[in-house]
Amino acid sequence: MAVATTTQTGARPWWAGRRPPTPAWVGTVPFLAYVGVFLLWPTGIVVVDSLKNPNGAWAFSNISELGNPLVRGYFIGSFKLCVLSSVAGAVLGAILAYAVASGDPDGVGRRLYIAVSGVLAQFGGVTLAFAFLVTIGPVGLLFHASWYFDFPWGIGLIYTYFQIPLMVLVFLPAIDGLKVQWREASENLGASAWQYWRYVGGPLLMPAFLGALLLLFANALSAFATIQAWENQIAYIVPQQISTALSSEVGLSNVNVADLLALGMVILVAIVMTGYALLQRRAARWLR
Amino acid sequence: MAAVTALNESAAAASAGRTRGMQAGRRRRLNVFRYVVFTVFGLFFLLPLLAMLRFSLEGAKLGTWSLTAWRQIASYQNTGIPPLLSAIEITLELAVITCAVMLVLLVPTMIWVRLRVPWLARTIEVLCLLPLTIPSIVLVVGLGEIYNRIQHYSLSALMLFWVYVILALPYAYRALAAGLGAIDVTTLSEAARSLGASWFTVIVRVIAPNMRQSILNAVLLTWSLVLGEFTIAYLLLYTNLQVELYSISRNTPNAGVLFSTSFAALLFAFALLMILSYVGRRRRGRG
Repeated sequence: MAVATTTQTGARPWWAGRRPPTPAWVGTVPFLAYVGVFLLWPTGIVVVDSLKNPNGAWAFSNISELGNPLVRGYFIGSFKLCVLSSVAGAVLGAILAYAVASGDPDGVGRRLYIAVSGVLAQFGGVTLAFAFLVTIGPVGLLFHASWYFDFPWGIGLIYTYFQIPLMVLVFLPAIDGLKVQWREASENLGASAWQYWRYVGGPLLMPAFLGALLLLFANALSAFATIQAWENQIAYIVPQQISTALSSEVGLSNVNVADLLALGMVILVAIVMTGYALLQRRAARWLR
Repeated sequence: MAAVTALNESAAAASAGRTRGMQAGRRRRLNVFRYVVFTVFGLFFLLPLLAMLRFSLEGAKLGTWSLTAWRQIASYQNTGIPPLLSAIEITLELAVITCAVMLVLLVPTMIWVRLRVPWLARTIEVLCLLPLTIPSIVLVVGLGEIYNRIQHYSLSALMLFWVYVILALPYAYRALAAGLGAIDVTTLSEAARSLGASWFTVIVRVIAPNMRQSILNAVLLTWSLVLGEFTIAYLLLYTNLQVELYSISRNTPNAGVLFSTSFAALLFAFALLMILSYVGRRRRGRG
């Protein structure tokens, strides 16, 4: 940082020398304070409150309530929905990503697909439930699916609508990273298309694919708006139950239910995202 | 975040002419595969949108066409919930405030950290990406208490911007980091400093203009995030656009205005991203 010191003298402020200079990190205080108040503090509240009973006394035994069959039911519901929608989304999204990647890299088609994916990946929310309601729901224009309100199939299908575009966005760089030379080399050595994918392309893409799968899983796990607009009478998944617990304090006695469920979600997402980060690092090795 | 990477890097990263190295027969089969895939997925993505569009144009009688629902966007009101237009206004105002606060908070901090306190860079990155791993439903549980305190002073839904900035952090951070990484920050700041510029001038008038594209990127992503936010507003009992639509759908399940408003919002988001994608390309071509 020798450079910084020399440049500093050039514009020495008028008060220089009258008091010791403020250390540079002070400039980041507004940001750190903001994040502290609106991100770290609320998260801290969740963690602390989940370990207390409603009277404010410490109760570490609360953690064991995560194994309570009622609570477990919501986590199992979340898990089913996330697995269904992320596996379907990842497989279908990977196929679509490959179709997009094998086209003209500067073409209009590709540009359009990426822009559309960008919008549709964000197109969760209330609106998506409306759109499917009038497509295959009870008032559907296309057909009336009898399983539309079945959990997890109906809502799983709706979720793939934003999972596939997200997969395309996340997975496209990985497919772009496959070098033409690798395919040429394997073809020169007499490999069939199947052999190329089985022994070259597949293994190379696998870490990226699994990483993307985990990202999709986390994405589905925290989604709330769509399922709430789809069916708001019955709570199937954890976020719905958190919502119910926040608006009415019924349920498990002696436990801050919402906080406990929220803590469970944080733990789950943390595990999934750690896996994602590790796999991304592994995938990055080839995709330079 | 994904959108940013894709938009910035896709065209450049793709190796030109992926299919060139392939044998003719295989290339033909690949093309058949591509067209089938595009058709099937195109239908899957288009049909719900078309159904929504059709419902937004439904007349009073089933099967007729009319523009009533689109006209209603400006005037729709139902008992027990605020008028639709006020919810739209609030959401747009929230989007503007959130973008402004996000920029003021994040841009100077990121440049400052880059120039003067690089040892904090990793911490800042982790903090910025943290909201990705903390679902907004979790954030809301903890925020409930903080907002209860704030509510003593003001009850406006505009107060939501405090959290929305947090939600936008990961997306904005990645967009800005890409822009910051692409320019030679140290040289620019040394040049400006040796000409007598203050740190304020360096950040606001020298470096920030050089990352215009990524600032635009960050703004648009933040913008679309705010327009689509439901969870936090709903659980803190504020009414934004999505909550309003939800309430309308509870009262009158198939109100045409639901579909016209949703469709309009979607078109809006799409137009923004298209603009972004084209602006990005032009800049790259020149540089």
